[in-house]
Amino acid sequence: MAEPVDIPEDDEPGEDVKKFMFVNRRAPYGTIYALEGLEMVLITGAFDQDVSVVFMDDGVFQIVKGQDTKAVNMKNFSPTYRALEGYDIDKLYVERESIEARGLTAEDFVVPVKVLSAAELAGLMAEQHVIISA
Amino acid sequence: MAYEINGQTIEHDEEGFITDVSQWTKELADYLAEKETINMTPEHWEVVNFLRGYYNEYQIAPAIRVLVKQMKVAFGPEKGNNKYLYELFPYGPAKQACKIAGLPKPTGCI
Repeated sequence: MAEPVDIPEDDEPGEDVKKFMFVNRRAPYGTIYALEGLEMVLITGAFDQDVSVVFMDDGVFQIVKGQDTKAVNMKNFSPTYRALEGYDIDKLYVERESIEARGLTAEDFVVPVKVLSAAELAGLMAEQHVIISA
Repeated sequence: MAYEINGQTIEHDEEGFITDVSQWTKELADYLAEKETINMTPEHWEVVNFLRGYYNEYQIAPAIRVLVKQMKVAFGPEKGNNKYLYELFPYGPAKQACKIAGLPKPTGCI
């Protein structure tokens, strides 16, 4: 077994903080994109980066309330989105056009979200250092 | 790869994390702690139980920074800090305590 690791200082100030935006565009189950995307978000948050998360197109279904995955035999990972707050990730956006097309409102999600139009999101995207779409 | 405890076979990965969270028992925790040369005190159990509660709610094992923060909220600053947790789990609290708690390896843990 290796030597015990060095104890990190509490609340080390972050250096080299970049603005990351993760854009989720696919339904949560059927492919691995949503789950892998969420993992990337968590890792980026664990490294104290400035993280925004966008849900658009069928990606809005990732955070919809009342998911039941028994029939597709996959783990329901929607509760994990509620852990984002603990990772200091609270910039969660949904695209207005996407939720309107699917008959959803801001109250239909497991986490508090800000509803923005495609044009407003484009403005936010222009401010990012890194954008990752999944 | 599997642990054999009281006639029960419990699969684990190459790093010793059990693969099916629902197979966890207190006996397994004691067994894993012994392998990690940790003597389980009530303080150790407090962290292990806290991690199991976190997993139950969010379906993931927290990163160490998040564990520290949530411990601070739940038990106050004297327990919600890196030093306290590393004294209990010298080889890394997120990794060691999660293993004993039967959780997967924490996301973002390298």
